Amino acid sequence: MNRPFTTHTGVAAPLRGDNIDTDQIIPSREMKTVSKTGLSGGLFAGQRYTTGRTPNPDFVLNQPDYANATILIGGRNFGCGSSREHAVWALKEYGIRAVIAPSFGEIFHGNLISNGLLPIQLASTVIDQLPREVTIDLTAQTISGQRFEIDASAKRRLVEGLDAIAETLQSRVEIEEFLERDRIARPWVYERVKGCFT
Amino acid sequence: MARTLFDKIWDAHRVSTPKSDEASGEDLIAIDRVFLHERTGSVALESLMASGREPIDPTRVFCTMDHIVSTDEGRGRNDARTPGGEVFITATRAAAQKTGINLIDVDSADQGIVHVISPELGIAQPGLTLVCPDSHTCSQGALGAAAWGIGSTDAEHAMATGTLRLKRPPQMRIRVNGTLADGITAKDLILHIIGTLGADGAKRCAVEFCGEAVEALGVEARLTLCNMAVEFAAFTAIIAPDETTFDYLEGRRFAPKADDWDAALAYWRTLISDADATFDFEHVFDAKEIGHMITWGTSPGQAGRLDGTADASDYMGLKAGEVIEGLPIGGAFIGSCTNARISDLRAAAKILRGRKVADGVTAICVPGSMAVRRDAEAEGIDQIFRDAGFEWGEAGCAFCFYAGGRTFAPGTRVVSSTNRNFEGRQGPNVRTHLASPAVVAASAVAGKIAAPGNPSP
Repeated sequence: MNRPFTTHTGVAAPLRGDNIDTDQIIPSREMKTVSKTGLSGGLFAGQRYTTGRTPNPDFVLNQPDYANATILIGGRNFGCGSSREHAVWALKEYGIRAVIAPSFGEIFHGNLISNGLLPIQLASTVIDQLPREVTIDLTAQTISGQRFEIDASAKRRLVEGLDAIAETLQSRVEIEEFLERDRIARPWVYERVKGCFT
Repeated sequence: MARTLFDKIWDAHRVSTPKSDEASGEDLIAIDRVFLHERTGSVALESLMASGREPIDPTRVFCTMDHIVSTDEGRGRNDARTPGGEVFITATRAAAQKTGINLIDVDSADQGIVHVISPELGIAQPGLTLVCPDSHTCSQGALGAAAWGIGSTDAEHAMATGTLRLKRPPQMRIRVNGTLADGITAKDLILHIIGTLGADGAKRCAVEFCGEAVEALGVEARLTLCNMAVEFAAFTAIIAPDETTFDYLEGRRFAPKADDWDAALAYWRTLISDADATFDFEHVFDAKEIGHMITWGTSPGQAGRLDGTADASDYMGLKAGEVIEGLPIGGAFIGSCTNARISDLRAAAKILRGRKVADGVTAICVPGSMAVRRDAEAEGIDQIFRDAGFEWGEAGCAFCFYAGGRTFAPGTRVVSSTNRNFEGRQGPNVRTHLASPAVVAASAVAGKIAAPGNPSP
């Protein structure tokens, strides 16, 4: 169960550049335990700190205007690269609720929705006009008065804070029926190899 | 209605369109195989257990140890290559045993990088849906499977329900006509494609690679081609299975046997895009225009001819118009899910035979799987690498990405057979140039970026 997303008002911090990859969002060296938490300190670690954990004053989230940001603005193909969901878990733990970009890395985009964070896709020209503090209304699909598009099922899941697995398990009967048919159609897919690994 | 190869696989796996998702067109898609590794799979397994759920069919879930394992020769079964990394290995092992999934442990003779061992063992097959919490899962589309990378939550979803909910992605066809010149590889081809279309160029499509030059590639080269689809924002990549694919799969451990093989083969032969199928986007390339390629920037889209020039890049220490060939290097790496199969090692060994790595170059080879390592040793390839001055490792992801631990020194310029040249990917301030194994080998010998034809300094 995620925190339902209906409306949110917050400061939107702009990150410069296209193709910001998930290695930048959280470097692999910051993924220290088998856990979805304890990751926010590693968020943007490569740019956020100078040495050790000393804040780099040049990094946007360290600047007074954006210190309380709850929304990120990225460039094209934001969140490309590694599938690591740790990038989203780190954002979530840091307090980010929504990410705005002209386009997203596909897996990162799915991971945002899985964790109740809202991805908003907007043209750069529209993004450039956004004020520092924005108000998002997901139900109405507006951000500071501008309309945005979102997939209907992603919207429903975000608004309701649904656990997608629990939802899918409601289709258990259909899944079992599919498997029954498929075992006849493609028996080799279900054939177990005995003593398989050496 | 005419259908693409990808459509045919999608339709065969469509369990239903849940009522709640009719408006968006999201389908419930059956997932035939889930593959995990210790880096992102561990958390999916633990989360699954914490929720009190179980894999719907543990026999169709596979897990390897590749990301964090030590790749040093003589490693122990808990040895990590990063400080504190053992926990990923031990937690994954414990969770795999508890859930009853297939575990390919560190000390298994089958251990290796997920996208190397899955085809090698015949786990990836034409027409399957296969997912893994790893972005390079698109590699496995080389066998005609619908294989794509997902997050850990989706991996948990796929294990618990045997399905994923998603919208059919848009589709792109990339046709490569003609024949690649001698010595020009699938790596050069994919770098050329990404360099031309850009890092966002595949527009989240399922990309079908086809055409004479693609058909001429062996399965290992096709895996290299599909591997980097994610680097230009593809949902995944796929190649229609053909006789090359069937010959490769026949007799592999998890490939269908006896009557099953005949039935599977008959089905696999139907997995081609219909002649009049339409795609959302189409691109055509000419293989004969492609030369040795290399990246000069910090995105895989920043790629060009090895004999060309770079744009300005502060991180890479390059000025606009700087000539790439001849740039002095300090590191050379052959490994990763892109280029660490036996054909890659053979191509490099051909150049390294009787030669030495230049002074000041740290050269490392990490085979993609223990089977590749054994094959290489049987052919004497390991000795060629060792004699040349390459370090020879045990299988794993190793130096492809930095996660703490040993890597190249900050500021080192490295020619690498891997897939990502992101800032810091191979270590803090390490400057990665992506290229084919042959270019890596030639550059290691020359001590500077060099084409395979001219490896001498």
